[in-house]
Amino acid sequence: MSNFWNIWVWVLTLGSLVGCFLLLRWCLTNFAGVEEGESMGHSFDGIEELNNPLPKWWSTFFLLTIVWAFGFIALYGLGGWSGLLGWKSSNQGILNLAESKAKTLEYLKADSGVLVQYDREVAAADAKYGPIFDAYAARSIEDLATDGEALKVGQRLFIQNCSQCHGSDARGTTGFPNLTDKDWLYGGTPEVIKETIMNGRIATGMMAWEGALGGDQGVKEVAAYVISLSGRSVDPELAKAGKGKFALCAGCHGSEGQGSLALGLPMGAPNLTDNTWLYGGSKRVIEESIRYGRAGVMPPWKDILGEEKVHLISAYVYSLSQD
Amino acid sequence: MKNAHEKVEKNVGLFFLFTVFAISIGGLVEITPLFFQKELATPVDNLKPYTALQMEGRDIYIREGCSNCHSQMIRPFRAETERYGHYSVAGEHVWEHPFLWGSKRTGPDLARVGGRYSDAWHIAHLTDPRSVVPESNMPAYKWLNTNTLDGELTGKKLSTFNFLTRNRSHKDENGKAIPLYTQAEIDGAKEAVKGKTEMSALIAYLQSLGHALK
Repeated sequence: MSNFWNIWVWVLTLGSLVGCFLLLRWCLTNFAGVEEGESMGHSFDGIEELNNPLPKWWSTFFLLTIVWAFGFIALYGLGGWSGLLGWKSSNQGILNLAESKAKTLEYLKADSGVLVQYDREVAAADAKYGPIFDAYAARSIEDLATDGEALKVGQRLFIQNCSQCHGSDARGTTGFPNLTDKDWLYGGTPEVIKETIMNGRIATGMMAWEGALGGDQGVKEVAAYVISLSGRSVDPELAKAGKGKFALCAGCHGSEGQGSLALGLPMGAPNLTDNTWLYGGSKRVIEESIRYGRAGVMPPWKDILGEEKVHLISAYVYSLSQD
Repeated sequence: MKNAHEKVEKNVGLFFLFTVFAISIGGLVEITPLFFQKELATPVDNLKPYTALQMEGRDIYIREGCSNCHSQMIRPFRAETERYGHYSVAGEHVWEHPFLWGSKRTGPDLARVGGRYSDAWHIAHLTDPRSVVPESNMPAYKWLNTNTLDGELTGKKLSTFNFLTRNRSHKDENGKAIPLYTQAEIDGAKEAVKGKTEMSALIAYLQSLGHALK
């Protein structure tokens, strides 16, 4: 802030403090020309006004607040002067994260003369919890998945950050995968789970197939064939026609509908031969999936949570499908 | 001295003036200097203007009263930054008119909600919040799926924002202000949003939140 505004703040603040003191002193002086406690000389309906002073306890507290204000200014500063403590709540005025980090490091030094409350709070928490997370980060996900304490931390993190989509029991909901079964889109090994959480997954996206399949009839035929893959009974004529068109689907789902994971492909196309359905397994929903396409998105968590926490969540997620 | 205090006691107009004067000092000290503070007028490096669709989404956010239950202001406490991310800084908000900081958190803070959830999640959640968060008490906003935008005023909104932010935009290497929107963007705004659903606009806005501090 410019000098003008610093002076403005100083003058108005000190001025009003002194003003408050003078006002109080003035109000404590007896100008009425009547002894304290005596009648002011008028009476209405038998009610008399006495010349009583301000209550002692009240004026004492008023005075103490003024004294307190000077102490507060000395410690926390005023208008451009940052006080004896050099106190700030946070580093406002930063323009990017690198600047934020640099300022944090600078002000955490003992001789910086600046006390950033938020940075101190985080540093204290890091000193306390950092070693715990470091110890977890040094262990493998398989190892952590057998450690009850680590899983409890992982579960808390999961509930805070992942349950909104995958559910607090991790069983998912329509369109958001169940993590407790052994059915994976991108793979269920510890490394792949961690990779999925760290960088997210943007499904290549199943396109809308109605046009390419020659309209409604084509969609119905392929749907019938897809339903038959998981052993359900369908109209054999429709399924037969659908099988002929399934070649279009085989690029991602595999010629047998076994899914991209079984083929070692990265697009996350589900296995169609099991009876696990991400968007629903009814005829209507399967037809809808084929007609309009699907594209699931898992957001990346690397920047939000950091690797150490993702490591613990990975262990928790991995443990869910281990019996 | 005579009892001068009697003057104030017996003259309500004078008493009113003194009261206004006393109350205004707090604002004059704490608020007025901020209008002239540089860091409150300097955008963070990566601050980007809302696209036409995001701008419309922002207006829907205002219309539906989202800020009555959701704040957009992460305070510098570890308990908040652990959950929501880096605390909010002034430079992220210098182009906001009006500010949507909110003051009540019936729902979570949304200052950095962008990218935390997929678009599909937002559709499911706004259409029926209980379908993804069973204990949620958020109302359902089903009509966003069917209401469409006509874009009649979108261009006007963009040029209004150019005017409102004229002293606070990014500067080029010569120190000249770069307006938020070019004339072409303003002219194309209607085409950019016309026919889109309010749901897609609101989600575009939500996904844009919080990426400016990088």
